[in-house]
Amino acid sequence: MHAMTFIGPVILLGVVLGFVTMAILFERKVIGWMQGRHGPNRVGPWGVLQSVADVLKLLLKEDIIPHQADRPLFKWAPIIAFVPAFAVLAVIPYTPTVYFADIGVGLLYYIAISSITTIGVLAGGWASNNKYALLGAMRSAAQMISYEIPLVMAVIGVIMSVGSLNLMTIVEAQKNLWFILPQFIGFAVFFVASLAELNRTPFDLPEAESELVAGYHVEYTGFRFAFFMLAEYVYVFAMAGLTTVLYLGGWNPLFGMTFIPPIIWFVFKFSLIVFSLFWIRATLPRIRIDQLMQLGWKVLLPLALANIFLSAILKEIPWIGQFY
Amino acid sequence: MTYTASYLAVAVFFLLGLALPVVALTAGRFLRPDKPSAEKSISYESGVDPTGDSWVQFNVRYYLFALLFVVFDVETVFLYPWAVVYDALRADMGLFVLGEMLFFVFFLVIGLAYAWKKKVLEWT
Repeated sequence: MHAMTFIGPVILLGVVLGFVTMAILFERKVIGWMQGRHGPNRVGPWGVLQSVADVLKLLLKEDIIPHQADRPLFKWAPIIAFVPAFAVLAVIPYTPTVYFADIGVGLLYYIAISSITTIGVLAGGWASNNKYALLGAMRSAAQMISYEIPLVMAVIGVIMSVGSLNLMTIVEAQKNLWFILPQFIGFAVFFVASLAELNRTPFDLPEAESELVAGYHVEYTGFRFAFFMLAEYVYVFAMAGLTTVLYLGGWNPLFGMTFIPPIIWFVFKFSLIVFSLFWIRATLPRIRIDQLMQLGWKVLLPLALANIFLSAILKEIPWIGQFY
Repeated sequence: MTYTASYLAVAVFFLLGLALPVVALTAGRFLRPDKPSAEKSISYESGVDPTGDSWVQFNVRYYLFALLFVVFDVETVFLYPWAVVYDALRADMGLFVLGEMLFFVFFLVIGLAYAWKKKVLEWT
């Protein structure tokens, strides 16, 4: 029992909230630059306080609950969606010394807990008793469960190589070679599936504003709406962290550049993933729902399954086998 | 870090994740206006009065995907422990370990191929 067990998570919560406000600003700036605009630049110097102002505005908005809605479920849905988003951060190791829970089933814990958010989204859309919200929630649930399968199967190649589900052990196993190279197919499937899990462009169908108004949170106002959005951005944090840990070697340095501290390495790789998410949003159009479902089940799932057996076969080949 | 301390940290994360929205929404109650009116609480439907309820029978397609999801999610539950102990079993029993899993996945892929052939995955 250690005082840090209680203080550590509080500090992380502060860091995550800071990340979310800055990530939203950075996303708007990056997309602005890519489209030849300035992005937000009015609130504070360089627009840094834009997201803070948005959050304060949401805090002062009236909390409207439609009279047709299922009140208890409507109130609890954003909380059900947010709690797992923060809880998954417990298992992500940042450096050899900065970690919160070193549990043996770390990866399985992440996958199991993160899927609870689907229930929050579905509950929110259904409880709203609004046709747009229901359609958005149904799409969201169908998308999240369809892409969860390739996401979890893509990781099996990594697990076979390490022989453990503990995320610290997985990072240590990448001292010499990051898994992005030997497990490239796994990484590609994982990255595409994680975009879909995060409901981000080109897979942002649950929130397709031109057809569904806003999707599952159309009836939500003020801070309840804010918690749905917060859950989404906390997942960006979590997923970027998990991708770094699984495929980019976590805190391990590149070319033995150990003079740069491990936390900087982690933050650098993490930021690269976050930037890629924004970059993709500014680059690709939204795909149609039939394309979405076919990509998940007909391309990613067979690829992920093939990757498992390919990894097992490559283990048998002399010399190459040492990398798998 | 001990086993119990790790799981205690997990519990702290859950409690903190629950505390943040509960505290923020409770604090917000003293800050936000509260002027309910009949018009405000009508469900949104592009500016017109909503017709009927939204709690209706829904497209069966979603159910088929849910069934497929359950099949493959259970498969994952079998694949994970297998992947963890793969190297140990490989040294012990040889390629029989790989063959067994190929056999298992083969039967599930037949299910996927059937769904594919029946155009369940088309979404038309």
